[in-house]
Amino acid sequence: MTTSRTDLVRRHGLLMAFGLFLAGVAVTADGFLTFGNFVDVLRQVSITGMMAIGVTFVVIIGRLDLSVGSMLTLLTVIVVDQHNSAGPLGAIAMTLLAGILIGAWNGLLIGYFRLNALIVTLAMLSFLQGMTLLYSGGANVNIANSETTWFAMFGRGSVLGIPVPVIFFLGGAVIASFVLRRTVFGRTVYAVGGNETTSVFSGIAAPRTIFVTYVISGATTAIAAIIMGSRVMGAQNTIGQGYELTVLAGIILGGTSLMGGSGSIWRTVIGISMLGFIQNGLLLLGFAYYVQWLVTWVVIIVAVWIDLATKRGRVLA
Amino acid sequence: MSMPTPFMADRRIGKALANLLMRNHIWVFLTLAILVFSFSSPYFLTLNNLGNVLTQGAFIGILAVGMTMVMINGEIDLSVGATLALASALAIGLQDSIGVWPAVFTGFLSGVALGALNGTLVALSGMHSFIVTLGALIGIRGLVFVYSGENALMVTDFSYTEYPEIYLGPVSLTAIIFFALALFFQWVLTSTRHGRETYAVGDNIEAANDAGIKIKRHKVINFTICGAMAAIAGILLSMRLGTAEPNAGRIWELWTIIAVVLGGTRLIGGFGNMWMTIGGVLTLAVLRNGLRLLNTPNYVELMVMGGVLILALSLDKLLAHKGVH
Repeated sequence: MTTSRTDLVRRHGLLMAFGLFLAGVAVTADGFLTFGNFVDVLRQVSITGMMAIGVTFVVIIGRLDLSVGSMLTLLTVIVVDQHNSAGPLGAIAMTLLAGILIGAWNGLLIGYFRLNALIVTLAMLSFLQGMTLLYSGGANVNIANSETTWFAMFGRGSVLGIPVPVIFFLGGAVIASFVLRRTVFGRTVYAVGGNETTSVFSGIAAPRTIFVTYVISGATTAIAAIIMGSRVMGAQNTIGQGYELTVLAGIILGGTSLMGGSGSIWRTVIGISMLGFIQNGLLLLGFAYYVQWLVTWVVIIVAVWIDLATKRGRVLA
Repeated sequence: MSMPTPFMADRRIGKALANLLMRNHIWVFLTLAILVFSFSSPYFLTLNNLGNVLTQGAFIGILAVGMTMVMINGEIDLSVGATLALASALAIGLQDSIGVWPAVFTGFLSGVALGALNGTLVALSGMHSFIVTLGALIGIRGLVFVYSGENALMVTDFSYTEYPEIYLGPVSLTAIIFFALALFFQWVLTSTRHGRETYAVGDNIEAANDAGIKIKRHKVINFTICGAMAAIAGILLSMRLGTAEPNAGRIWELWTIIAVVLGGTRLIGGFGNMWMTIGGVLTLAVLRNGLRLLNTPNYVELMVMGGVLILALSLDKLLAHKGVH
């Protein structure tokens, strides 16, 4: 049946395009189609991926979080600095707490006070940059005993040949996907994102749900910061600059709509991985580093346009 | 809930005054900021420094003029910072091969072309402008890095940096260009068909469509204006600095949005004007300049900006709730 075929393309078109892209690079670049390279790419995207998992909740509920890049910077500085004074466990606890608190503040203003998400998180971006400079005094921070601390396992360790960051990223994706698909809370997120007014009339506590999505976004960014701090064993005051854009680009590339109400964690995993494979493939093909940004531009436009076109059955708006 | 009172006329005047103040809250805020800094720093209220404030604010200001057009239209442009960097790189990088003014013109054209491309993509595909211009932000920045070979480009003939050194009293040419552009586009907004239809589209796109307004054309025009403004800001920046850094204008799109929203123009479209934007731009510039004169560390500036933005947003929300306007 033709309908089922178009349906297949519609539902998995992105995956197919992704497969074609991988095949194309695999044919032309040596060393691309190896297990080691795949794991490497996944490791490289694990930090943005971890953040993107949380931000996906926010995007599905129809909001935005532009503060995650600055949040990553501040939290990485915190985890590295606290590691020296409070030890690994204390540092991790404090980082998670800080991430959750920042997320909660965003959630309070956006969920309960109904302020515009773009502006609130933009203000938070600026505020957190300031906080980072205040906290670090403008200096780079480093972990003193980087050779001996067990904290190294988050960014540098591996289990059965799989790097720990990849386990966190994919494990986080499995948990988040379960929460979104199989729990009442997850369904509530889709309901509020799909039509907030209807959801409120159905007795859903929309403000609280929005609030929780921002807390999740803060928490995943904190986990990303722990991985980052452990990987780099130090932090600069600009370490997370621009990450909010990469995260959003990955989510959009995956096909999650900024309008809210649709999308999934797996789409985000694919979108974020695509960005990683584009970078990896182009570098293997010998292109200059920044060419990947140009390609990302084209890929975002083409992917989102195709997605829109299949949904409405017409190419032009 | 109000108590009956014999002073109805007084109250009405009071209410009208309150309304007037609230409608122009950015100017109240600007006045307060100027007063505070005038009393706390002896260097603030000097002609020289005020001239500096205008020049420093003018770059974000010129970007904000284009952004205001796009935002009233109900869209957003995240690519202005990257476009600024490209125009600035082209204006300097091409000088040695094709001459100064052709290079400047090419830089300007690059902004116009990229703006038109953004607008066309938004209009034709029906994609959210946030997505289209986020892609453009990443791609154009990549283009800048590829073009400049990841190095800062420098002018060979330093007379190039003399061009904007024209002053009207303490007011620099850059600042004059900002005000001229803002006034011109305020005229466009209020007195041309394109301007009025821009409001209509931003306010209610379906109604505008039903009324026979050519939505797509207005979007393309506004994005093109926005790209052109970014290019002008980039060229002026290259003249001021004599170099074009590939990272120039990074996150300036965010400062621009902050300035416009601070002024009171709404993100959802259909509401705002250039007066508000001038107010927002000047407030931002005064805050940055004043805090620096007070010798506050950089982080205070960033945190104050965040706080002020939330304050402005809350105020705007409150006003919309009370039905002021």
